Amino acid sequence: MTVFLQQLLNGISLGSVYALFAVGFTIVFGVLEIINLAHPAVLAIGALVAYSLFTTLRVAMPLAIVGTLVATGLLGVVLDAAAFRPLRARRAGPLASLITSIGAALILVNLAQKVWGTEPLSYPPGTIPVRFFTVGGVTISLLQLMILATVVVLVVGLELLLARTRVGIAIRAVAENPTTASLLGIPFNRVVMFTFFLSSALGGVAGLLVGMLFQGSVSPFMGDTYGLKGLAAIILGGMGDVTGAMLGGLVIGIGEVMIVQYLNSSYRDAVAFGLLFLVLVIRPTGLLGQQRSREA
Amino acid sequence: MSVAAFYAGYSSLILFAGVAALLALSVYVTLMAGQLSLGNAALAAIGGYTAAILTRDHHVPLGPAVLAGAAVATVVAVAIGIPSLRLRGIYLALATLAFGEVVRTAALNLKITGGALGLIGIPALVGFWQVYGTLAAAALFFYRLERSRVGRAFAAIRADEAAAQAMGIRITHYKVLSFAIAGFLAGVAGGLSVHFTYIISPSQASFTEAVNILTFAIVGGTSTFLGPIVGGILLTVLPEALRFLRDYRLFLDGAILMAVTIYFPNGIADPRLWRWRRVRR
Repeated sequence: MTVFLQQLLNGISLGSVYALFAVGFTIVFGVLEIINLAHPAVLAIGALVAYSLFTTLRVAMPLAIVGTLVATGLLGVVLDAAAFRPLRARRAGPLASLITSIGAALILVNLAQKVWGTEPLSYPPGTIPVRFFTVGGVTISLLQLMILATVVVLVVGLELLLARTRVGIAIRAVAENPTTASLLGIPFNRVVMFTFFLSSALGGVAGLLVGMLFQGSVSPFMGDTYGLKGLAAIILGGMGDVTGAMLGGLVIGIGEVMIVQYLNSSYRDAVAFGLLFLVLVIRPTGLLGQQRSREA
Repeated sequence: MSVAAFYAGYSSLILFAGVAALLALSVYVTLMAGQLSLGNAALAAIGGYTAAILTRDHHVPLGPAVLAGAAVATVVAVAIGIPSLRLRGIYLALATLAFGEVVRTAALNLKITGGALGLIGIPALVGFWQVYGTLAAAALFFYRLERSRVGRAFAAIRADEAAAQAMGIRITHYKVLSFAIAGFLAGVAGGLSVHFTYIISPSQASFTEAVNILTFAIVGGTSTFLGPIVGGILLTVLPEALRFLRDYRLFLDGAILMAVTIYFPNGIADPRLWRWRRVRR
């Protein structure tokens, strides 16, 4: 039982990182109905920016989070202007956006290779807290607590922003119906730009957290693994649904840890994708999604 | 430089270009019916593994081995296609993507596929004529297909699924057919390529590979079958010609992909594009 609880805890902390990444994925889909396949590259750049902040400026974790948030958020704005806005101007379909986002991802990964090299990097010693607490036989590390706290703060912040603020209401209006929203005077392109800022900022911080969770995992190519898991998470939860993406991320994180514990580690990845395939085929709207998403 | 010497120097590149064109055609056939599949790399890998096991371990001749690989890929494509075809657009793309990852992970873990190392020492059985003969046959097939009842049904589904259904076109039937042709072509391409690369590994079913194939088709253009052929050959040869830019290979691929999608929505082999040029001149 202790083993199960311990693994559940590990799964939740891993899953919360997936969730943060997936939330960024899903808000862009919710607003524009496009899959931004450059999002995984943004995760990698977030982790690498944080590496530079840790090594050159020697900042502490909270400051690194803020720095990464701003840097990747701005990257998201650039991404929108370069890859997606020209297509919106032409009213191209969602598949064209999918393809330009793949192109943007290749460019970002190549640039990251040039700046940070291709070798996997680790955050310097001292940046990752090494304190542990034991409660009833279950060990939780300070790092896990900090990761959970970061994810909870960011996601609750996002939910509040979407529910309560003017810009949040504008985002939801555009998501509901872009044409009507524009007619009512909502600046469509600015709202989309802000959505990309939010999405990429969350993706970048997810990269930082991955880098803290796994030593030697930071590299320009690290996005590949998380991109597909993030997709699995948002499909599981229902595309465009923030709460669903959170749940999806947690389910995949916990599922992976449990499969390694009780089955076989080499099938860990296959299960996420097998699950993704099954959900798509059996219930394409995901666990929480609305019926309409299947038609998109 | 004589033709023979040129071929000797660039033979593998020339063969790769032909296989790329075949793979691009396999994506094109589903696009013809308005379906985006990202599982073609996995289908090619299935064909490649099957053919390689047959020729290497069981000494089956090339022809039957490649056909067997293509048959397995076709069956898998149909098996994947039938449940997936309830999905549209992005969702179908994601389902096929997930299928590709399942194939890759299975290849990594199964004994018969040689695990992470893959299969090595596959006999050298394929040369120019096998690849380009197949490509010519495929081109002829597509030339006929585009002008046939089936091709018109594909085009109708691509233009408007609901309208096509209202006209009495059996949508599911034609979608599954397009998947079957895609599976067959990808399987043949995979079966051919392993007999001049001599190895196959799970990475051949990867997402990156699927994206490459899609890139060939999109850059070339998807309004006629010439687009994917041009795209496949050009994008295989171009990086080699631009070798001095090797460090920026991904950047270049990405930039080409973005520029073509944004500025040439119908690809570079779009007939309208060239007609427009001639009128202007």
